[in-house]
Amino acid sequence: MVTYLIRRLIGAVVMLAVVSMVTFSIFFVVPRWAGATPVDMATRYVGRTASAEMAQVAAQRLGFLDPVIVQYGRWVKAIFVGADYDYGAGVEHCSAPCFGYSFLSRLPVWPDMLDRLPVTASLAIGAAVIWLIAGVATGVLSALKRGSFFDRAAMSVALAGVSLPIFFTGLVSLVVFSYGNPFRVTAPGSTYTPFEQNPATWAYNLLLPWITLAFLYAAGYARLTRAGMLETMGEDYIRTARAKGLPERSVVVRHGLRAALTPIITIFGLDFGLLLGGAVLTESTFSLPGIGKYAIDAIIANDLPKVMGVTMLAAFFVVFASLIVDLLYAVVDPRVRLS
Amino acid sequence: MTRRSLVVATLSGALLLGVAACGGGSTSTSPSGGSTGEAAAPAAADAFNAGIGKVFNPSDKKGGVIKFAISDDFDSVDPADTYYGFAWDFLRVYGRSLVTYKPAPGQEGNQVVPDLAESLGQASDDNKTWTYKLRTGVKFEDGTPVKSADVKYAVLRSLDKKTFPNGPTYFNDWLDLPKDFVSVYKTPDVKTDSAIETPDDQTIVFHLKKGYAGFDNFAALPGTIPVPQAKDTGVKYREHVVATGPYMFKSAEAGKGYSLVRNPNWDQATDQIRKALPDGYEIEAKANADDLDNRLISGDVQVDLAGTGVQPAALSRVLGDPALKARSDNPTAARTWYWSIIGDVKPLDNLDCRKAIQFAADKVALQTAYNGPFAGGDIATSLMPPSIAGHQDFNLYPAGADNHGDVAKAKEALTACGQPNGFAINAAYRADRPKEKQAGEALQQALARVGIKLTLKGYPAGDYFALYAGKPSFNKENNIGLAANGWGADWNDGFGFLSQIVDSRTIREAGNYNMSVKDPAVDALIDKAMTTADATARNGVWAEVDKKVMEDSYVLPAVWAKALTVRGKGLTNVFVNDAYGLYDYLALGVQ
Repeated sequence: MVTYLIRRLIGAVVMLAVVSMVTFSIFFVVPRWAGATPVDMATRYVGRTASAEMAQVAAQRLGFLDPVIVQYGRWVKAIFVGADYDYGAGVEHCSAPCFGYSFLSRLPVWPDMLDRLPVTASLAIGAAVIWLIAGVATGVLSALKRGSFFDRAAMSVALAGVSLPIFFTGLVSLVVFSYGNPFRVTAPGSTYTPFEQNPATWAYNLLLPWITLAFLYAAGYARLTRAGMLETMGEDYIRTARAKGLPERSVVVRHGLRAALTPIITIFGLDFGLLLGGAVLTESTFSLPGIGKYAIDAIIANDLPKVMGVTMLAAFFVVFASLIVDLLYAVVDPRVRLS
Repeated sequence: MTRRSLVVATLSGALLLGVAACGGGSTSTSPSGGSTGEAAAPAAADAFNAGIGKVFNPSDKKGGVIKFAISDDFDSVDPADTYYGFAWDFLRVYGRSLVTYKPAPGQEGNQVVPDLAESLGQASDDNKTWTYKLRTGVKFEDGTPVKSADVKYAVLRSLDKKTFPNGPTYFNDWLDLPKDFVSVYKTPDVKTDSAIETPDDQTIVFHLKKGYAGFDNFAALPGTIPVPQAKDTGVKYREHVVATGPYMFKSAEAGKGYSLVRNPNWDQATDQIRKALPDGYEIEAKANADDLDNRLISGDVQVDLAGTGVQPAALSRVLGDPALKARSDNPTAARTWYWSIIGDVKPLDNLDCRKAIQFAADKVALQTAYNGPFAGGDIATSLMPPSIAGHQDFNLYPAGADNHGDVAKAKEALTACGQPNGFAINAAYRADRPKEKQAGEALQQALARVGIKLTLKGYPAGDYFALYAGKPSFNKENNIGLAANGWGADWNDGFGFLSQIVDSRTIREAGNYNMSVKDPAVDALIDKAMTTADATARNGVWAEVDKKVMEDSYVLPAVWAKALTVRGKGLTNVFVNDAYGLYDYLALGVQ
């Protein structure tokens, strides 16, 4: 078990290093290959009347004049030991893990991301609870009532859920349930109240984003669960369990669903990890100030330190989630042993 | 919602309506008048363009909080570090520059009026020295009196482009600074009196390297908003700008939002232009653009801070619904969308070849591509838009009676330039701007009628000027003869609009907004305008510049920009100030 964990952790670190190098190259090396000079790149971050000298100053401030490998080394070093930052009126130390400072807002990236993480986590956790319950329950019922009206209706809705993009369902739900609607069940989009401030308002304001996001995922989970349950319920050991006289509920839940859950857990781990790295469309549609919105704004604005930071955070969550999933296999499925 | 909460909500709503009805009064004044009453005027009747050229729903009622939202964000709320038009409009609620633009509807808003200063600047004969006297009694939010040294410090710190890269560079370019001055942070001991003197606490004198008769427009820049040196924290100053206006920051979180409350140390007696009606402002940043439009329409948000108009999704809804259309305005911005015709690329080094493009262009198709007459703008016939002082109407390249282009004249021009069968060039546009892509396609079709083969090349907007079309060497190497462009005025005179986009001396290796205009005669006219003291004569020179650029055919104007904006529910004193092309945020109140 310990050996397995160490091996996986080393693999995770290597993976994160590769992700960081690839991302850094895309944003710092590729423009150079395309003929951009360091000063050209710095021109993005100066005012529109800035002279060539000012662009040169900006290139120096942003470190573009150094070789790319030096820039990358400086970025990696800052994560582990921090870095000093000249903010004009003085110099401050950016403590590790320091992901640098935004090229535009000039704010440190790491605290900015931490500040937004609760929004994304709130969205992801709430939506995950809804889609797991709704998706798995619908899938199980559809499998047990295969061919029934419920099955057909549920799978049709699931198909719609998978097909409709978030920015469509999100905006439609806002029009129907918000925007001055006297019967609106939720606050208008873009309202986020921290959990610690008021749990009830937190949940109330997130209800619409949760449901919208969960609708997309629940649909996929329902179809996946249904397929898994149909396969499992036809297995010999299910027939044996029934022959032994076990109650149907026990047969379905303990023997059928448990076996069908393995692929669900795999996909859930990756989905959840990805969401923690930012639910870009949902956060953009509902104007939630989370990691996803932060990422998309950073990409549009060419704010490279933010892009690097958010990419690493997302990669960390995915790698970490997949590790958890692998560990959970052993719990869910007795046939799996970690070695 | 439970039955009980429904009943409570209904009763609460009825009570609120009752209270609101009781508060309805009849006092109304002009926006420039003083505060004379607390009662709200009855809501004015909605009408299309009711906020253009006049004040919609005038009232002196104080109180309430105005809710702003924006799909983007401030570049910075630090006056030294901002270049967004909406920011220059809004920051007047918390900062007072030496002079500013009059909070008045229409063209009257272009008038420069004293703010922190007692009067407009007193110029020396050669327009190289400008003196301002500060009002007495103006204080920072902490109660400290504002002195001329605070204004000097503010201007000097704004010169540090390493710390404040976003702001304009006019003071950097024009002040007579000592050679050894680097910044207030790096060389604090260097004497800077050759650039700015403060002979006493109420007087500030600016010394320029060369004369500029329109210096009051520089003095209206946010950079002259005083900053107390002791409170300056460099980049971090944006986290709490020390207010001199009627409002101060309660919170400022870049990328999330801002909250402003009343500044207890602002004194109405020292301020001739502000009425300070609301109790505060709430600004939500990075809102979803479509969501923002819907909330503006429903009343959950009252002002779109950027003021660039509703998104395409809401556009047809607003125009198609008479009630919504009556809540909208269609102001003309001091902005032109155009295409640079780049003479560095053959055969466009020939004037007649450039003229062929002018004549062949389908102006109606271009206008449609830019979102039509309401959200795009009026068909432009010159570079300088009508809202710029001194604008003259002329059309050197009539596009036929129906504005779809004059094919015959285009072919004549092609013959004159030695390319009777046309030629092939590439056209650059910002790939993530659908309007520019559509405009490129409209040009492609129109020019094909005379044999000019246009190949469209899309480039990312973020790097468009830095790495692609704004880089002369890139254009030459890639045969980019046409490039989508657009420009909004820093202020509404010829200098504020034209100086950065037609002066060939501003062209550098990359990051150019002037991609095409290279004419010594234009440069000479610009120099002449700078030193022309009389405003009317100066405006005339700028009109000459505009005409010369069009004669050179370095620019294909598409539209003089307009936007369809929605007036938020419950707002009072709503009008578009031409100085910003936006609702005047200084004047707004709430019922």
